[in-house]
Amino acid sequence: MAVPEPPRRLLGGRIPYIDGPLKVTGRAEYTDDLRRPGQLVGRILRSPYAHARILSIDTAAAERMPGVHAVLVGSDYPIPFGVLPITHDETALAVGKTRYIGDMVAAVAADSEGTAEEALRAIRVEVERLPEHLDPDAGTRPVAEPIHARGLNGTNVQKEVLQHFGDVDRAFREAAVSVAVHGNYAGVTHAFTEPLVTLAEATPDGRLTVWSATQVPHYLHRSLSEVLGVPMHRIRVIKPEVGGGFGGKSDPLPHEIVCAALALRTGRAVKILCDREDVFLTNHGRHPTRNEVRIAAAADGTLLAYDIDAVIDGGAWSSFGVVTTYYNGVLSMGPYRVPNFRYRGRRVYTNKPPSGAMRAHGGTNLRYSIEVALDELAERLRIDPFDLRSHNALPPNSTTVNGFRITSTSFRACLAAARERSGWDAKFRKLPFGRGVGLGCGFYISGSNSPIHFTPKMPQCTVHLKADMDGGIAVHSMQADIGQGSNTLLAAIVAEVLGVDLERVHVVRVDSDISPVDIGSYSSRVTFMMGNAARRAAEALRALLLRAARDLTGYPVEQLRMGHECVEVAHRPEIRVGFLEVLHKAMERTGALQTSGAYTSPPMGGTHKGARAGTAPAYSFAAYVAEVEVDAETGQYRAEKIWAAFDCGRALNRLAVEGQIEGSIHMGLGQFVGEAMTYRGPRLLNPSLLEYKIPMPGQMPEVEVLLVGDDDPEGPFGAKEAGEGPLIATLPALGNALYDAIGVRFLDLPVTPEKVLRGLDRRRAEGRSWKGG
Amino acid sequence: MPSDDELRPERRPLRRLRVNGADCPVATDPDRTLLEALREELGLTGTKYGCGEGECAACVVLLDGIAVRSCRTKIGEVSGRSITTIEGLADGGRLHPVQEAFLEAGAFQCGFCTPGMILATVALLRRDPAPDEEGIRSALEGHLCRCGGYLRILDAVRRAAARSAPGAEVAP
Repeated sequence: MAVPEPPRRLLGGRIPYIDGPLKVTGRAEYTDDLRRPGQLVGRILRSPYAHARILSIDTAAAERMPGVHAVLVGSDYPIPFGVLPITHDETALAVGKTRYIGDMVAAVAADSEGTAEEALRAIRVEVERLPEHLDPDAGTRPVAEPIHARGLNGTNVQKEVLQHFGDVDRAFREAAVSVAVHGNYAGVTHAFTEPLVTLAEATPDGRLTVWSATQVPHYLHRSLSEVLGVPMHRIRVIKPEVGGGFGGKSDPLPHEIVCAALALRTGRAVKILCDREDVFLTNHGRHPTRNEVRIAAAADGTLLAYDIDAVIDGGAWSSFGVVTTYYNGVLSMGPYRVPNFRYRGRRVYTNKPPSGAMRAHGGTNLRYSIEVALDELAERLRIDPFDLRSHNALPPNSTTVNGFRITSTSFRACLAAARERSGWDAKFRKLPFGRGVGLGCGFYISGSNSPIHFTPKMPQCTVHLKADMDGGIAVHSMQADIGQGSNTLLAAIVAEVLGVDLERVHVVRVDSDISPVDIGSYSSRVTFMMGNAARRAAEALRALLLRAARDLTGYPVEQLRMGHECVEVAHRPEIRVGFLEVLHKAMERTGALQTSGAYTSPPMGGTHKGARAGTAPAYSFAAYVAEVEVDAETGQYRAEKIWAAFDCGRALNRLAVEGQIEGSIHMGLGQFVGEAMTYRGPRLLNPSLLEYKIPMPGQMPEVEVLLVGDDDPEGPFGAKEAGEGPLIATLPALGNALYDAIGVRFLDLPVTPEKVLRGLDRRRAEGRSWKGG
Repeated sequence: MPSDDELRPERRPLRRLRVNGADCPVATDPDRTLLEALREELGLTGTKYGCGEGECAACVVLLDGIAVRSCRTKIGEVSGRSITTIEGLADGGRLHPVQEAFLEAGAFQCGFCTPGMILATVALLRRDPAPDEEGIRSALEGHLCRCGGYLRILDAVRRAAARSAPGAEVAP
């Protein structure tokens, strides 16, 4: 007979962030708060040319300046790097060419900011201007001077994906109805509040220590080693507190490598703090995208086929681009059953700041087009949008046509909750002109099954625990808390399994010298993968404690369990031994106890090219309803409320999950209402927080979070992701709500008041009335 | 070229700032920002550099009780005036009620904007102990929280306001 589990004390509740007291007192330590003796200032010279061949760089005058300790150019560290091993096309500093306005060309380390700036001004760069490539569509054809030699067949296409499952043409021929939408999406950027910053120090023992604002210390570690030619074991990477990332701190970035290189050159500590313009130019934000989504359906609304084409503006570098190119098609494979699927995706280099991974990477723009198309489909078929989606929902324990393994899904429960709580049936097409509700849904990976740098047999995540004499438990992990609260969850899982108070558990700062390798915070993997690893590490420690308790009590291990700060006999909980007594017994032969837990995702996915892209051990699902109010005179509109039904499996920390959902809605709202990287030619026009418009508190709608997930069979304590998926449904819920309000479809984001006015004019010119307006 | 003062710190003019109730000599150029002096000379790193352009409000401190952006405030403007940073809010080991309210509401994620948010709230409640919703929202306008935690931050401000309002029971 299994021992009954004691009731959960922490998980499933609202667990305050363990770093809260540090954060409200200003004592949380971010990279720029650190300072080393003799620290120098590092500064980077950026290219004013979008595309230019570098003929010569003269650094002599800069090097002669008093107070200048090192000057670097691209040829000093020419080894290419990049987050994906198959597309290493970045260099620490430009080699041979500059590829966008803002490309890093040279760097200095000096005693003071003033000296460093002066030295940059003294560097002479001679260039030959090259034709600028700005339009991704034009870049799909051969060009005279491609941005990279690796572009396909003399074009600027960095990656092309062609996939076809089933028979899409036949499905469209046989369909009762089909819809097509063309979406156009401006690029948006992470705009984390903490700027990019790195501190590096070389020491006479031949070691290099690097503190950096990074989401993925391990990829940084690898890139530093590759480019600098220093073995990883002689480099120590430390991640202090990180002031937001959202994907923008997941690539290894050139300034991080430059900073470390300057430290090596000078034998000292060097800090590079990027100013806000630098941060905007470094970018790696969401790709500007044009897509076409065609959907075929039967008369009863059954989805028959998707035919998708996407052209994605990659900017100057590859970054995560191969993944992005796949994601912009394959992340359409949920939350609905789609029996036939064809996709062509092309990511094209342009002479603009590089695009990369941003929260809900690859799923956001694609999803908007799909959900708007479904709204249109529902209208043509005179089916309620909820009914259409519910009818087509992927069932649990199914496989998509491209081979994704779907285990848990509570998507239908999401739909039901959002419909009921929003009062949908009384509002949809029934509110007065100018007011509307819209439904948008979401689907996202809960951790990429495909670790970028590891073999599939190597765990994606490992957690170590150390319990010592005083009963404190130190947790070592290289996952990166970037504000999402993963350290709190890590501590809570360990405390839950061991039955101890949270205050006994201490999460040690990420430090590559002591933290077990982990691939960090991206692809919404942390709760699922770290959570499982932490649980296993804690269960291993628990096993040692239960054996010791057996020796103390005489009861067999099978009859013992962890109680609150004790081990108790399961059927006679009044018989118990205190935690410390058990711990000390367990330590008799070994001293401090150490255990380890790991997570490896199971094999999955088909055998076709790119089959692993988009595979994940679980998926999140979402159904959001937005209610909007439009002023038809000015085009101004306001999101009044969003009902956010989300399936993250079991929410382990409701405080954090709701915070992630609210924050995702804020970010999705920003992309919908106004955020855009705006260019004149190759020049970014709005590289500041004044001109790049992020919604302020007054624009934030009321949010009602509805957590409806069932336990996931493989997630830790049943949990799935809640960090990125919650963003996706926000945008189409708003777009479809605008349609309900004023009868205009918006497929060009962001949707500014000007576009609303133009849309109203267009509709009236077409003579279409809408709800009397 | 760096100025002589930059190269020879001992020749920089000394200024006295009153920070968190203490007299702090800072050897600095009067045109340097208060943010730089706080972070680099006084080691008060709770005040954050987010943009340097006055657009994110991560650098907000109190100047004679009023919220100002320290990245846009020159040292020369603040001599002799009273400056409060996030480090100066707690009374010994006891957190300020606004800090307590932020903790209770869970009103932070990455925490980078939090010091500025808290100080803006302190300034608001000093000016208006019972602010209405509009007053609360406008006090936080211009404060960037990219984690998007505004709903909780607003909740925290309301909690703090409920305690600071005239007649409210002061939190123990």
